[in-house]
Amino acid sequence: MRLIVNGQAIEAQASRLDALLEELDYKGGHYAIAVNWDVVPRPRWAHTMLNEGDEIEILTPRQGG
Amino acid sequence: MVTFYGKSFTSRLLIGTALYPSPAVMQQAIRASGAEIVTVSLRREAGGGKAGEAFWSLVRELKVTVLPNTAGCRSAREAVTTAKLARELFGTSWIKLEVIGDDETLQPDPVGLLEAAAALLADGFDVFPYCTEDLSVALRLRDLGCRVVMPWAAPIGSARGLVNRDALKLLRARLPDVTLVIDAGLGAPSHAAAALELGYDAVLLNTAVAKAKDPVAMARAFRLGVEAGRAAFEAGLMGPRDFASPSTPVVGTPFWHDAS
Repeated sequence: MRLIVNGQAIEAQASRLDALLEELDYKGGHYAIAVNWDVVPRPRWAHTMLNEGDEIEILTPRQGG
Repeated sequence: MVTFYGKSFTSRLLIGTALYPSPAVMQQAIRASGAEIVTVSLRREAGGGKAGEAFWSLVRELKVTVLPNTAGCRSAREAVTTAKLARELFGTSWIKLEVIGDDETLQPDPVGLLEAAAALLADGFDVFPYCTEDLSVALRLRDLGCRVVMPWAAPIGSARGLVNRDALKLLRARLPDVTLVIDAGLGAPSHAAAALELGYDAVLLNTAVAKAKDPVAMARAFRLGVEAGRAAFEAGLMGPRDFASPSTPVVGTPFWHDAS
């Protein structure tokens, strides 16, 4: 299905958020995720179903001022 | 001691984690600054987020309190969602709230800032709003419930120091119960000292240290500047005078005689 991940359109096999992370090689690490502007806490990743056209932001810690 | 939303700290210097020549220099500079609070951000990252993970473990080694920012957000909606992501990622209700209104000056957008601050305070966040020296906006931020307000000294990264000193002085006088932090625009330890001399509770800076020829030495210089400024404020500065007033006693001046 077609998803927008971090601003880029991709074609993904996964239909659940945790499976999408695996598909995109995000393993274990430290991320925060929003689907269609709603934050999805880590415990809900395995229960969050994705839909065609969903906008997903996957963010990691970065240097800041 | 300085207090931010009920948490007390010894250091009055908050420091950023960006723009250092290397991760090792970042760590050394932060240690040399004596800062107990560091700012961080969150960004998109491809390839499994490995760089973010590496950066985060360096910050954790420092055992400091983390203040995430919403840098780069241009609307209240973006800032609010970014703040919620930061809370999830860093496990803190603290947020340095930036809503940028102009790309050239990185001047905060007061309308978006107030809207986002209201939403985040209602959601339980401890908001550290980055604003200009505008008194009305600062008063509104306080009235919304912000216990910390962070006016700029000058545009981010400009190193110009306290450009509008009179307005900053007025903010301090009108917001006596708010923790006031000068955020952005400082270029020299003397600028930081000047802010503390005015009674500001703390300063937040990044570029002036990270872009110095020797960031570690400059971090120490800023620490001393902040300490000197605070000590001077506590000691009570004398006010300026229009004319000279001799410091050496006049009585007993040699060769003096009555001109009449």
